[in-house]
Amino acid sequence: MTRDDDTPEITPLAGAIPARHGIVAVSDLRARSLTVKEQGGRLISLWGSDERATTGGYHLQVALSDSDGLLWLSVPLPSLAYPALEDIFPNAARMQRTLHDLLGLHPEGARDLRPWVRHGAWSAHDFPLRKDFVPPCPAGRLEDYPFVAVTGQGVHEIPVGPVHAGIIEPGHFRFAVVGERVLRLEERLGYTHKGLEKRAEGMDLDTLMRLAGRVSGDSTVAFSWATAMAAESILALKPPPRALWIRALLLERERIAQHLGDLGYLCNDAGLAAGFSQFWILREEWLRTQQQIFGHRLLMDQITVGGVEHDLYPDGAVEMTAELGRVELRVRQLDDMLQEHAGVQDRFLSTGRVKPDMAARFGMIGLAGRASAQAWDLRVQFPSVPYDHCDVRMATQSSGDVAARVRVRFEEIHESVRLLRHFLVRMPHSALQTHCPPGCKGSGAGWVEGWRGEVFVALQLDAGGKVQRWHPVDPSTTNWPLVEQAIMGNIVPDFPLINKSFNLSYSGQDL
Amino acid sequence: MAGLLRQILSLGLLGEALPPTQPEWMSAEVDHIQQSVLRHFGRSLGVRLVDAGSCNGCELEIHALNSPQYNLAGAGIRFVASPRHADILLVTGPVSRHMEEALKRTYDAIPAPKWVVAVGDCGATGGLFGESYAVCGGVSRIIPVTVTVPGCPPSPLRLLQGILTAVSGSAPNSLPPQPE
Ligand code: SF4
Repeated sequence: MTRDDDTPEITPLAGAIPARHGIVAVSDLRARSLTVKEQGGRLISLWGSDERATTGGYHLQVALSDSDGLLWLSVPLPSLAYPALEDIFPNAARMQRTLHDLLGLHPEGARDLRPWVRHGAWSAHDFPLRKDFVPPCPAGRLEDYPFVAVTGQGVHEIPVGPVHAGIIEPGHFRFAVVGERVLRLEERLGYTHKGLEKRAEGMDLDTLMRLAGRVSGDSTVAFSWATAMAAESILALKPPPRALWIRALLLERERIAQHLGDLGYLCNDAGLAAGFSQFWILREEWLRTQQQIFGHRLLMDQITVGGVEHDLYPDGAVEMTAELGRVELRVRQLDDMLQEHAGVQDRFLSTGRVKPDMAARFGMIGLAGRASAQAWDLRVQFPSVPYDHCDVRMATQSSGDVAARVRVRFEEIHESVRLLRHFLVRMPHSALQTHCPPGCKGSGAGWVEGWRGEVFVALQLDAGGKVQRWHPVDPSTTNWPLVEQAIMGNIVPDFPLINKSFNLSYSGQDL
Repeated sequence: MAGLLRQILSLGLLGEALPPTQPEWMSAEVDHIQQSVLRHFGRSLGVRLVDAGSCNGCELEIHALNSPQYNLAGAGIRFVASPRHADILLVTGPVSRHMEEALKRTYDAIPAPKWVVAVGDCGATGGLFGESYAVCGGVSRIIPVTVTVPGCPPSPLRLLQGILTAVSGSAPNSLPPQPE
């Protein structure tokens, strides 16, 4: 049993969430990971950093979630190799491949060593996240990707993407089908890789906050908050109470905005165009309110290190309260309508199922996880201010199909409406900003339950307070492999519906 | 079903007027432009989107264009599934190196005459992502751009303005910055 109590090198991190950080030997890594797994914990992320300037080598970084909160392990590597963790945590597989593409660290014992975010723009011998990386000029040519071939009588392949028919982000899907039934789906992502982590190196915190808001535009509040949280943990900075309440208000507004939009598209993909219109009328009104009160339709750049940018203007609270009543009523009507609609229910029920045991094995998280009985919600398990006052009710389902993900969305809208009412009535009065002291060296973490699931950020600052390493993690990274599972045995035409029911981020996973 | 019909009826028609094109002096010509869209494109100006590496914020606002308030179909504009059916290409994002080829191919697949609207600060210049080992910069680095619509992300109204400005023919090549 390896608990922190007998390992003094693991210490609590200051800040809003229960987090511990420490250095462990590479020889202890697997044992520690196994302990966490056996106790029902999960892998949040696996990444690495180039520490050659200070310690002479590379560090593997691993963030785990256990019953005490977040456990961040830094593992100095004597060589370029480390033991793969994919047999313990299946979601490690793509993270290991990404780490190899970006930093050149080798997961020993891993089964799949194909590139993941590297498509050929830089060579297999160049590693962008090494501090001495020189971008190739000109950029390399794209390489072919060795998809897994599926053979058998009557099997054929359908390649889709990266450019899709609808308004969605780019990614490639390779279906192996017999007739219309999908035998296997293989995803290839990485098309929107923008080198975010490299870009962040050397940034000051203000610029980093702008970048954080653009990891995945649909989760701008969640990423901004998590990044601010990580910086505040390093600077030992406590934002004023009102700022924290406003952050939570923004986060719940982002959740409702996204759920409304997704429910609209789910109606659309199920053939009910009128449902799409109804939800998008609501969403548009919601965004216009945000423009009016916060000056940005999608709530970008509202959160700063140490506080928030805008207060609610005097009538803002009144206006939002009135709006909540309208939205709640109309969403209830739409919910009833969808439940009565046999055609829509027929498309939703038992489509794209991820069973709870499969979800548990893959460490599925977020709203899709909750629809497959994975009862994780940071607002419930590790509530920070102001969630610690409001007893958040988690929405869970166990059927794991499109219908379950729709149900969770409806329930979360209603719960967020309740939370927003609470925030608007009880919001304390205080300043909006705590003065941000000059930067200092250190490591910090942020962890926020965004609409899609938990958003994690690890941040390391150098002595000048500039970014040394910033690692943002979208829940999509862990959940994408479950889309491959969900489509199996379904028909190809149901893929858009299934994909939309997850609505994962491409940009957030590609970085 | 009856509930749905009641709700549709009770909300009524929400479509709003089209925004003026840029520059402002052209706003008097909106009707004219719309008429010409209708004349030249037979009530169907086909728009195709390529996300060349965006953060997906711009996509959200392009989706929002489909909200009934913007009455896109009323303006004779619709999103099409294939570049071969498109007249206008909307491109979002800084162009990632991994999307450069796909963007070129999509552009080539659109029959002439064609217009390109570079969407957002990223589409204009690469935005915060700039130019790097992973990113080529703005859209005009890769394909010819007719109109740039700055903003992060540009509002649906501005997008609509950009589309109308592009087909109006006498376009300046960029809309002014989005007012705060
Ligand atoms: S312009 Fe802004 S919203 Fe659009 S892709 Fe770039 S960062 Fe995202």
